Amino acid sequence: MRKMLLAALLGSFAFPGTGRAEPGDVVAMDHGAEIFRRIVVEADYAARDGGQWRWHVDGWIGGDSERVWIRSEGKIEDGRAEEAELQLLYGWNVHPFWDVLLGVRQDFEPRGETYLAAGVTGLAPYFFETDATAFLSTEGDLSLRLEQSLDIPVTQKLIAEPHVELNAFAQDVPERGIGAGFSGVAAGLQLRYEITRRFAPYADLVWERALGETASIARGRGEDVEVTTLRFGVRAMF
Amino acid sequence: MMKTRIRIPLPTLASLALAGGLVAVPYAAFAGNYDLTVAKAKVEIDGRTVEKLTVNGSVPGPTLRLREGEKATITVANEADEPTSMHWHGILLPGIMDGAPGFNGFMGIAPGASYTYTFDIRQSGTYWYHSHTGTQDQSVLGAIVIEPAAPPPFPAERDYVVLLGDITPENSDHVLRNLKADPGYYNYNKRTLRDFFGDAREQGFGAALRDRLDWGEMRMDPTDLADVTGYAFLVNGKQPAENETFIFRKGERTRLRLINGSAMTLFDVRIPGLKMKVVAADGNDVEPVSVDEIRMGVAERYDVIVEPDGEGPYTIFAESIDRAGYARATLAANEGAEGPIPERRPRALLAMDDMGAAHGGHAGYDMDGAKDEHGGARDDHGGHEGHGHEGHGDVHQMDDRHDGHDGHDGHHMHEMQHDGAAHESPSAPARAVGWASGFPEGSKVLAYEDLRARAAPGDNRPPDRSIEMRLTGNMERYVWTLNDKRFGEAAPIRVRYGERVRIDFVNETMMAHPMHLHGMFFELENGAGAHRPLKDTVIVPPGKSVSVILTAREVGAWPLHCHLLYHMASGMMTAFVVEPPDAAEAGITPDGASLPLAISHDGHGGHAGHGGM
Repeated sequence: MRKMLLAALLGSFAFPGTGRAEPGDVVAMDHGAEIFRRIVVEADYAARDGGQWRWHVDGWIGGDSERVWIRSEGKIEDGRAEEAELQLLYGWNVHPFWDVLLGVRQDFEPRGETYLAAGVTGLAPYFFETDATAFLSTEGDLSLRLEQSLDIPVTQKLIAEPHVELNAFAQDVPERGIGAGFSGVAAGLQLRYEITRRFAPYADLVWERALGETASIARGRGEDVEVTTLRFGVRAMF
Repeated sequence: MMKTRIRIPLPTLASLALAGGLVAVPYAAFAGNYDLTVAKAKVEIDGRTVEKLTVNGSVPGPTLRLREGEKATITVANEADEPTSMHWHGILLPGIMDGAPGFNGFMGIAPGASYTYTFDIRQSGTYWYHSHTGTQDQSVLGAIVIEPAAPPPFPAERDYVVLLGDITPENSDHVLRNLKADPGYYNYNKRTLRDFFGDAREQGFGAALRDRLDWGEMRMDPTDLADVTGYAFLVNGKQPAENETFIFRKGERTRLRLINGSAMTLFDVRIPGLKMKVVAADGNDVEPVSVDEIRMGVAERYDVIVEPDGEGPYTIFAESIDRAGYARATLAANEGAEGPIPERRPRALLAMDDMGAAHGGHAGYDMDGAKDEHGGARDDHGGHEGHGHEGHGDVHQMDDRHDGHDGHDGHHMHEMQHDGAAHESPSAPARAVGWASGFPEGSKVLAYEDLRARAAPGDNRPPDRSIEMRLTGNMERYVWTLNDKRFGEAAPIRVRYGERVRIDFVNETMMAHPMHLHGMFFELENGAGAHRPLKDTVIVPPGKSVSVILTAREVGAWPLHCHLLYHMASGMMTAFVVEPPDAAEAGITPDGASLPLAISHDGHGGHAGHGGM
């Protein structure tokens, strides 16, 4: 199964994409061939559970129509990595505002797990940054993650960014304490001050709640189903 | 307001003086021979000393003074560590001499190499030169003045070049990278929550919200009038504090050769207290028209004659259309005098009405690009039907810009005046609304329809066919395109030698695009009948259309592109190929397959040292 996933990933990289039209007797020089990038890294801290660090990386490298996407997120609590995942995807621009992505996700914590990842990313009407990604694990478990956010300039440099993430599973995943259906929601408001476009300190108030069957499982284990956290961090764009 | 200074090294003062247009020297003293050297030099902008590519050590480079009928021989040496090129904007010449890398076998000038351009001068007027490589043209540029063979129809006692420019201390390639990473990178004029509450107080909460939702639905930003900020604005390389000064005597006629040589800036140019008599547009004589103000697209030129009946000093004031800043110079009886700086105008917001075509534009991505038959039902172009846009069509009025042949004869500039009058009434709002706003009531702003060629172009045949060129793009990704295709993705436009074609520029974006064709003039369809003015660059305002006609008399592959630097660099260019006569006779179809033009596919040919013939 892993080999198949790898083959799928490599296949996606090797895919030739849209062929360039013959420019006839004109040689396209200096134009359109450049590689650009946007990689946004956030790292923040919350004073709970003995000190909780979190990182979140989202970005792309590539041209206008095809890009390699890199995503990673994780949590370190009390000096120990509780969650860590890395996604590597290839994306094709299919609409002015939308890219289709295909790639892999590798979890390192809480347990090693490999997934095939497929989704869309783009800008929905009313400027909602939107990511919807489906994951199929090597165990055959299917899950869906939907993320949306919106930048609201309070002033030219002070940006309020409400954001929400919703997770759903097609089946129970007992080893992770997850029940089928919507498993959890996280909603927050980030307030950041863009000293430059590339560097901004922020505060982020995040409310997280387990949902449905997943919440029942958590309650049964005596775990919190709802937490609210105030984080302080910095955001950098590379 | 930004404070900027550009200091030019002393040895280049001589060339600067030339660029300044001190024309006390008789033209005959200048042969058509010039040596230009492209090299890095230190330039001071905004108190920062940065390295920029320059021509002969300065920004701008020397003014080239040529004469109609003579032969120009210009050697460009590249002493930079990157390839360069030099394009002679608006000059009629063989394709290989045009200086656009990748076209007609010219492959640029490699580091350490030089290239000798030679061409016969078949025209007169005000032109300019600039690099056509990468993002170099913001600092590698200069003016060209060609004296007519016959005595000029509008004599003047004094004659000055007024080369408007913009320059950023940033590396110009980094600017493009920043825009690709975040198209709003330089926009610090976004509409904020505070603005929203301000608008809600003025217009009511519902109206303010409705407006936000309308723009949000389109995923567009009405403050997006300029992509790049942080520019210093220049006249002949001098920023406002340096006060470029032109000397005049009361009662004398002074010809000002206005050139917008900026990378990204459209300017509103005026001289408070003086009427400007426009006598030439893009190098070609027009019947004189007196105006108070001219909106100049990047690469446009207007020759104006002023005849002050006072002592002055008068301020030549060129405000960027996003109101980020201004360039200024002074007309004075002696050095050191300074005229008053006019009050700055409010920043404009685009109005929903401006966006008639652009709304359809993004939806138009899926449009099946119905070919223009001209005269047919084109009103729905960019409109509401047939391209799956999610309703909402009643928000913006589609202007009737396509109600027949004459429907789009430059009426946009007309609106400009009316809008202006409407918006700068005593109760003018704090912010101007609309692409074409901010002009004072009663002032005469040059409209394209005011331009009438002094001599009618010989060819008055109706066009054989029309070519539709939609100006398109995706601001979220900072991709700018023609007919939804980036440069290199679309097949070149092919026309037969002698063919007469109309090009319809339909702007589906929310930015104005100054569209430029190399190698030929086109006739602007502005309602002037047989006296259509000849131009090489035309502003197509947001959501509007402009059409031009040309007779394909110059064989070669000619770039046709938006002259905003980063629009061109991100793809807003195509090739306009005029097939040689023999091929045309051989019956090659306009969209025909291949053609044995003397064009090289070899990426090295042109680099060889002295490419001059």
